[in-house]
Amino acid sequence: MVFNTDVTANFWAVAPEIALAIIGLIVLGLDLYSRESQRRDVGYFAGFLLLALAAATVFVPTPDGSLSEQLVLGGMLRHDQFTQIFRTMIYIAAALTCFIAMGDNRMRYKGEFYLLVIVATIGASLLAGASDLVMVFVALETLSISLYALAGFVRDDARSAESGLKYFLIGSFATGFTLYGFSLLYGFTGATQIYGPDGIGQQLAAGKLNDAPIIVAMMMIVVGFGFKISAVPFHFWTPDVYEGSPTAMTAFVSVASKAASFAVLLRFMLAVFPPEKLAVGAAADYSELWVPLISVLAVITMTIGNVVALVQKNIKRLLAYSSIAQAGYALMGVAAIATTDGGQGAASVAFYMFMYILTNILAFGCIIVFANATGSETIADFASLGRRNLWLAMFMTIALLSLGGIPPAAGFIGKFYLFRAAVDADLILLAVAGVLNSIIALYYYLVIIKVMFVDPSPDEDKDIPMPANYAWVLGAASLAVVLLGTVLANPVIDWATQAGLELFI
Amino acid sequence: MESGILTGIVAVPSFAALIILFLKKDQKQEARVIAAAATLVSLLLSAFVFFSYNVDEANAVNAANRTDAQGDLYFAFEDDITWIEELGISYHVGVDGVSAAMILLTGLASFAGVLISWRIDDRPREFMAFFLLLVVGVYGVFVSVDMFLLFFFYELAIFPMYFLIAGWGWVELREYAAMKLTLYILVGSIVALVGFLAMYFQAAEVNGFYSFDFQDLYHAAKSGAFDDPGYLGIDGLTLARFWFPSVFIGMAVLAGLFPFHNWSPDGHVAAPTAVSMIHAGVLMKLGAFAAMRLGIQLLPDGARVHLPWIVFLALTNIVWGAFIAFRQRDFKYVIGFSSVSHMGLVSLGMATMNITGLTGAGLQMFSHGVMTALFFTCVGLVYEQAHTRDLPSLGGFIYKMPLVGLAFILGGLVSMGMPGLSGFIAEFPILIGVWRGVPEGVAAATQGDVPYLLQNAISTSSNGSYYTYIVIFAVLGIILTAAYVLRVVGQVFFGEFNEERFPGVKDISVLDRIAILSLMVWLVLLGIFPSMMSDVIESGMQPVVDLLSTRFGG
Repeated sequence: MVFNTDVTANFWAVAPEIALAIIGLIVLGLDLYSRESQRRDVGYFAGFLLLALAAATVFVPTPDGSLSEQLVLGGMLRHDQFTQIFRTMIYIAAALTCFIAMGDNRMRYKGEFYLLVIVATIGASLLAGASDLVMVFVALETLSISLYALAGFVRDDARSAESGLKYFLIGSFATGFTLYGFSLLYGFTGATQIYGPDGIGQQLAAGKLNDAPIIVAMMMIVVGFGFKISAVPFHFWTPDVYEGSPTAMTAFVSVASKAASFAVLLRFMLAVFPPEKLAVGAAADYSELWVPLISVLAVITMTIGNVVALVQKNIKRLLAYSSIAQAGYALMGVAAIATTDGGQGAASVAFYMFMYILTNILAFGCIIVFANATGSETIADFASLGRRNLWLAMFMTIALLSLGGIPPAAGFIGKFYLFRAAVDADLILLAVAGVLNSIIALYYYLVIIKVMFVDPSPDEDKDIPMPANYAWVLGAASLAVVLLGTVLANPVIDWATQAGLELFI
Repeated sequence: MESGILTGIVAVPSFAALIILFLKKDQKQEARVIAAAATLVSLLLSAFVFFSYNVDEANAVNAANRTDAQGDLYFAFEDDITWIEELGISYHVGVDGVSAAMILLTGLASFAGVLISWRIDDRPREFMAFFLLLVVGVYGVFVSVDMFLLFFFYELAIFPMYFLIAGWGWVELREYAAMKLTLYILVGSIVALVGFLAMYFQAAEVNGFYSFDFQDLYHAAKSGAFDDPGYLGIDGLTLARFWFPSVFIGMAVLAGLFPFHNWSPDGHVAAPTAVSMIHAGVLMKLGAFAAMRLGIQLLPDGARVHLPWIVFLALTNIVWGAFIAFRQRDFKYVIGFSSVSHMGLVSLGMATMNITGLTGAGLQMFSHGVMTALFFTCVGLVYEQAHTRDLPSLGGFIYKMPLVGLAFILGGLVSMGMPGLSGFIAEFPILIGVWRGVPEGVAAATQGDVPYLLQNAISTSSNGSYYTYIVIFAVLGIILTAAYVLRVVGQVFFGEFNEERFPGVKDISVLDRIAILSLMVWLVLLGIFPSMMSDVIESGMQPVVDLLSTRFGG
């Protein structure tokens, strides 16, 4: 396999990660040399730099044309638009996380929180482009270990410590599965490179290998990634970790880690177990196996997620189950990639993740403001929020509507795009399961909205203050969610489509 | 042709809603005034659209369409901007005859609704903002030519509706009713969406490009793309036949089609007056309109096979709805069930698949919309002062509120189909249309395609199709209507007024009068000059019938 050895191209491919590393070092330095009262500014600094990086990443050129041009650093990374779109959304997620973390007294004065977020972002960002088993693993671990630390960040809070430990134990267990799958693949093909004529994908497609170990490896890898995206039945850590971790960390783990894992899942499935479209005339088509597998996983995930969410009393637990369900919807797009035209399956997942990142961080940001003022995370305590702070209630409403798939919020187009991909791939039953689920989901989202605007509360007259910086961040995120569902839908879908197409080069 | 008027109709209330949200908590009057101004502007614009709608031009295009396989449908005041190119979605709005009448109806009901809601003192800011958002959704559905846009606005209308009912509705029922209504409508629309996506992909195979534009879907329908046998590998099954029930009934849930009407009486009763007006007056039409557009117009092959049994559902609506309305003790439930009954007439008119019945259905949508908005206004005004809707304990209200009594009686006469009023010019064509039955060519072509039981029955009108018998039963519904309307008029407005039970009942305010009169005038006007609207609606319904006859013989 020939790789791109052009120095400039190689530099651009990892320029964002280099920038991230520099930002991380600066944050560390600032943290050391500034007084405690000024440390909150470290968060601003990190947030704005990450936002700038997200904007700049859009303009980073990618080598176009062929696979050999796009494979850089000796085939460790593939630098294409698919990598780019996922990187950008991960940076946006990291920036927003820094902004919403600043109101939490337990974190705002600690520079290492921001540093951990940045390191996790480097891992997630590399994961989006990884095209070699080794790289996938290294990136996955960089991401995961930072997240374990973040989950247990508030050491003196028993819940946070518990969730950190839980996340660590279950996460490493899942990593073990992934690694075992990788080792099987390596053992049978002798390659770690997933692309190329002698890469794993083409070797498997040639059909000269024994099916059984390959299938076992596939299962192992799906289980490993299933943990990361919290697909049922590998979701048990999700509610506990979401509930126990500091809310800003919950927001980050619910979006950035999930988006990166979806990126790698899409790329991995297409490259390692190529469907007919990618390996014409291949002797073995493993997509006949993994498409039904992912479809079943999607249906179970969204159904269990939604049904269990119905009975939740704690808002963070509810959002945990809702995020399980959201992963189920996105899995529909993964199941659809093998057969849809022009990478529309991958494009729909990319768009969905873009929308989901903004939406979920918005929701968790609202929860932070609410919990800071009232000290409660119980849904019933959201009663009369509409009277206590109309704008906070409106921001939360926009987030919930977007999660529920109601226009003009972006969730509507996101869901629509996924259903379209599923119908396009002739997975009609999957699409039907998806639409039925989105109705169940709408029920519990509407109940929260009802609680906020209809239910009476003894504290009705007590206003909930929203700090100005939160008003700006949440306002901007709400606006972004609405714009993404209306006028900005076209450019982002264009980009996602381009990204999806490049997966098929 | 870019005109911007329809965009204005949709944009004005949306901006007004945004401005209202930025007001302060105690700026109640400002919120009301802005809402009234915005709905008035939209009403005037839609009246302009309706009255400047060029029927001759539309008919010329329709005539050309009959022979030209590539011809486009007629839409006036179009705006067309590409939105999401990759998926073939554009912001394409325009009106044909039917939607021109419907946006006028929306304008009337929304303006009157704001005036009636003037006295709402609990968070009028939020109420008005969400009411305007609801109005935006409704307008949007009627003017959408792009079908993705239609779904977009359709779903957009659902949330504010839930919110308005749950937040300002009748305390005892509101949460239950709001949730039930929302879920029913949502399930319906999403079931329709899946079928619609199947159409979209099928059309793309014929057209060679993805498009949600109604014109492109219509071309596909015209070329028979949805009628290829062997769909899903089953002999004799076509895409149209397979998906028609889900598309048509999914949308008709919002039109209150039996047995999916259950949300509607509860929803109407629980909603605050203005929302009941929009809801029964306009939203139910939105369901019927979308069912007609996506179902009958795009899937004629499904329509001819399925409508002959759906007609029984429509009939059940009419008779059963009227029966239940007759049995109610609650004033508002009577009107709620009367809406179910009257919307049955709309479905019945559509099930005829001939121009007379379809035009009647369109007229009934308008006439019933105005009439039921008026009914709910009257109920709301009486309830506001009497604090009860229990029919036996009311009485004599015409002496205290003469205009309300008069309005209710007028509405009652309209709903009975009294000649000289709009109800007659709407219901009469529907019944004639049903009597004529399914167009002969279509009926003949359908013989082999429907189950045994329906075969003889829908033959041609001359050898006795069962459509003739349906007329007889439908008329029964109208008689029942007369019965319950007269009963309510007698119990609420005449008889002894109980001063002790209802102390201090005052006459209505000037704003209420304006609202009532602005609705009443249309019931009379339309009754006297029916052609003002029937020609417009007919020009919009004609392509539906033409497509049926070009595909399956007139």
